[in-house]
Amino acid sequence: MAKPKVGFYWCASCGGCEEAVVDLAEAVLDVVQVVDIAFWPCATDFKRSDVEAMADGEMAACFVNGAIRSSEQQEMADLCRRKSQLLVAFGSCSHTGGVPGMANMYTRQAILEAVYTDGEFSTVNAEKAFPSAHVSRPEGQLELPTLDESVKALDQVVVVDYYLPGCPPPVKLIVEAVTAIVEGKLPPRGSVLAPDVAQCRDCPRIDSKPEEAFIKQFVRPHQIHIDPEKCFLAQGLLCLGPATRSGCDHACIKGNMPCTGCLGPLSRATDYGAAAMSAIASLVGSNDARQIGAIMDQIADPAGTFYRYSLPASQLFRRLEPAANGGQQR
Amino acid sequence: MSETSHSAAELGASTEGFQPRIVAFFCNWCTYTASDLAGVSRLQYAPNARIIRVMCSGRLDPQFVLVALRQGADGVLIGGCHPGDCHYQEGNYKCLRRYELLRRLLGQMGIEPQRVRLEWISASEGDRVREAINEMTEQLRRLGPLRLASIPTPHRHEVLSPVKRAGRPVLAKAE
Repeated sequence: MAKPKVGFYWCASCGGCEEAVVDLAEAVLDVVQVVDIAFWPCATDFKRSDVEAMADGEMAACFVNGAIRSSEQQEMADLCRRKSQLLVAFGSCSHTGGVPGMANMYTRQAILEAVYTDGEFSTVNAEKAFPSAHVSRPEGQLELPTLDESVKALDQVVVVDYYLPGCPPPVKLIVEAVTAIVEGKLPPRGSVLAPDVAQCRDCPRIDSKPEEAFIKQFVRPHQIHIDPEKCFLAQGLLCLGPATRSGCDHACIKGNMPCTGCLGPLSRATDYGAAAMSAIASLVGSNDARQIGAIMDQIADPAGTFYRYSLPASQLFRRLEPAANGGQQR
Repeated sequence: MSETSHSAAELGASTEGFQPRIVAFFCNWCTYTASDLAGVSRLQYAPNARIIRVMCSGRLDPQFVLVALRQGADGVLIGGCHPGDCHYQEGNYKCLRRYELLRRLLGQMGIEPQRVRLEWISASEGDRVREAINEMTEQLRRLGPLRLASIPTPHRHEVLSPVKRAGRPVLAKAE
């Protein structure tokens, strides 16, 4: 029997998810023993035309990482969907929008102007080039992909069968997912292929988490010497473990950094950021409105903190426009 | 996450005749009872609030507020017992803490923080229910409809895993 074909593709992502596949290290040999990699532009020489030449559903599974924010990514998402039996959203960006999703705090125009004309970034742009779908060059006319107004999660543009969360997905979860696909032992479609329990549940520091509301002030990791044994929340550090799925073996926590929530919401949460806010806010140890306000003000960027990986998949989806304050934060 | 077309704008084509929609989460012991009192006292107030009874304002997850706004509310009113009067000792304080954080986040998301309002109204203050709903209706009428960007065609069908009854509560300490 021919080995099932799998593909990997990237959209708006940093490449970390591809790195996670490489991180399989010797486990990747087990993977290629049971599957054929039929498409992986990051690592192997496959072209879009190779995928177009495939029969519909020829790939057993395609793992797509990255959010969708351009016309080209939309096309590729459609193509991967058509050519594969299972489409797996791989990593936070395709699962819930990810870090690129925070671009939904700004308009497309504001982003392009900041990058190309305002000189806010170091890009040298003496000829004032500005992205455009139609470009004339001496060699001829070019039709280029366009940037979308908003960043979207993968399942906001195509039907997704499974989600592999994480930034990037933990190696253990990748191996389990591939094994499940090969052996045909998959959970119901639409499942997130990670344990449906919170980080706190099996956190090595859970014993030092106080029972009562206790946070008197929020601090950021660079401001204190972090106790390597004690619950981060008990130290005033914003740890999103209470609202975040488990499955990463507490990689950050064991590295003495609080959880930032990349594995996303538990299955019963409709909005990750709101669920995390609920969990964190109720731990603030004050009953006085003014004092509570002062403590909350210590969270420098609530939207960026609680929606770091999930703004497009949130109920709000993007910042309300037209922006009353010109697209600036706060 | 089904997308409700945001029809507030269509309903009240101009801000002039615009009837804001308020979702009001009232706690069972104080504010909901107060709204009952307002009713039996035959107080007249704006018909713009849809009241949802919750057992305690501490039950109010910020997710409820965001879902209400997504599904067409122009504002959300939260009513709970006065500080110190919570039937469950301190549920209203938890509500207060969540509210303070939520309104900061809403401001960042370009949503006027006045669209979410927290009021302490005891069971005997039927008149305060009338005032709060009237005031908020007026305020929202001035702000105009909330026009959230619509979510792109949703294919989200993430399934719920069955609740594992045998498991320990998520935040319980290990034995």
